[in-house]
Amino acid sequence: MTVQPLLDVNALSCERGGRRLFSPISLSVFPGDYVELVGANGSGKSTLLRTLAGLHSQFAGEYRSKDALYQGHRLGLDGLLTPLENLAWLAGLEDHTLDHDITLNALDRAGVLTKAYSPCSAMSAGQQRRVAMARWLLSSRKLWLLDEPLTALDASAQDLLRYVIAEHCATGGAVICATHHAIAIDGKSELRLDTSIAEGR
Amino acid sequence: MIRVALVREWQVLLRAKGAVINPLAFLLLTTTLFVIAAPDAITSGTDGPAEVAPGILWTLVLLTQLLALDGMYRRDFDSGVLEQSLVSAQVPFVTVLIRIFMQWLSTGFIMAMLAPILGWILGLSTQALPATALALLLGTPALSLLGSVGASVTVGFNRGGVILALLVLPLFLPTLVFGADMVMAAQVGRSVMPQVYALSLISLVALALAPFAALAGLKISLEMQ
Repeated sequence: MTVQPLLDVNALSCERGGRRLFSPISLSVFPGDYVELVGANGSGKSTLLRTLAGLHSQFAGEYRSKDALYQGHRLGLDGLLTPLENLAWLAGLEDHTLDHDITLNALDRAGVLTKAYSPCSAMSAGQQRRVAMARWLLSSRKLWLLDEPLTALDASAQDLLRYVIAEHCATGGAVICATHHAIAIDGKSELRLDTSIAEGR
Repeated sequence: MIRVALVREWQVLLRAKGAVINPLAFLLLTTTLFVIAAPDAITSGTDGPAEVAPGILWTLVLLTQLLALDGMYRRDFDSGVLEQSLVSAQVPFVTVLIRIFMQWLSTGFIMAMLAPILGWILGLSTQALPATALALLLGTPALSLLGSVGASVTVGFNRGGVILALLVLPLFLPTLVFGADMVMAAQVGRSVMPQVYALSLISLVALALAPFAALAGLKISLEMQ
């Protein structure tokens, strides 16, 4: 039995306002892969992730992907709602309902259990990031597209992030993560965006 | 998925009451201002109310709707809720449709409920008040639907309010014309059925087309930033 890739990218390069951001890339992401997306500011890391998530349609080349979990700079948490309500809604988007205890358990692992019933707007940036992490734990999506997930995280949350990613990869998931700070994961591969094509013009 | 989306919208509505109350307060205030500023034109004489009141009422309803529309998608856009519903939802269209419905429920529907009071403030005759409420009930869905298209393409702009007004006010014209005409007809005792059909038609056509356009507009807005 051959393992199906979660993501197949073929000569893909993103464009913004008619300008090509980086040289075409090709890669296949299989269950268990952790791909670190690196490149200077403005090299198109975020745009690439948004493209793979289906939020950006200006690109050349092609890609095929299964349903992905996308985590952008904006977390997708409504400030008026509590973490529990936000997580229920986010799970509802994927068409499944959450068991209350499982949700609390995920919030506990993310270290924000005490905030479960207070509005997200009352939480710090790092705490909101932790709620977002609880959401990954609850998602059934195999492919995670993470854009700068280390932002605003303290040391313990960074450890947790590393652990959560490693665990996801070990259980048949895959992660593509854009970051400026290398995350120590065994067997990781690095994808560097080459911007010389854009700068040459 | 429909259920959780409705639950979320409802929770947000209950916690952001200002978004509902402020436009309505604006509507009541401006209506009262008209009466204070031009009492002779509105309340005195037998022809007065029938001449200007329907037009004033509908114009103020349009402006109130415009005020509410500006924030229609902004919170969801800024928080990333919008991009999550486009990425993760099985059917993003449904979330847009629900958003529009809730927007109408929190503005148009309540304005229709308040219509008899507004009509009374503006000096409309008692016989015209039910028709005024019906006109708003039939016409305001079109305002929310068409307005959502404008809101969807201006949500990415920092100060999109003015552009939003320029975009959607022309689209509101047919509703304004038939809506004001319906109130006028009721005021002078004519049949209001032609206007009922016209307003219903406008709202139904808007329902058939606007949600798709709004979804496309949101995708463009998310792509531009």
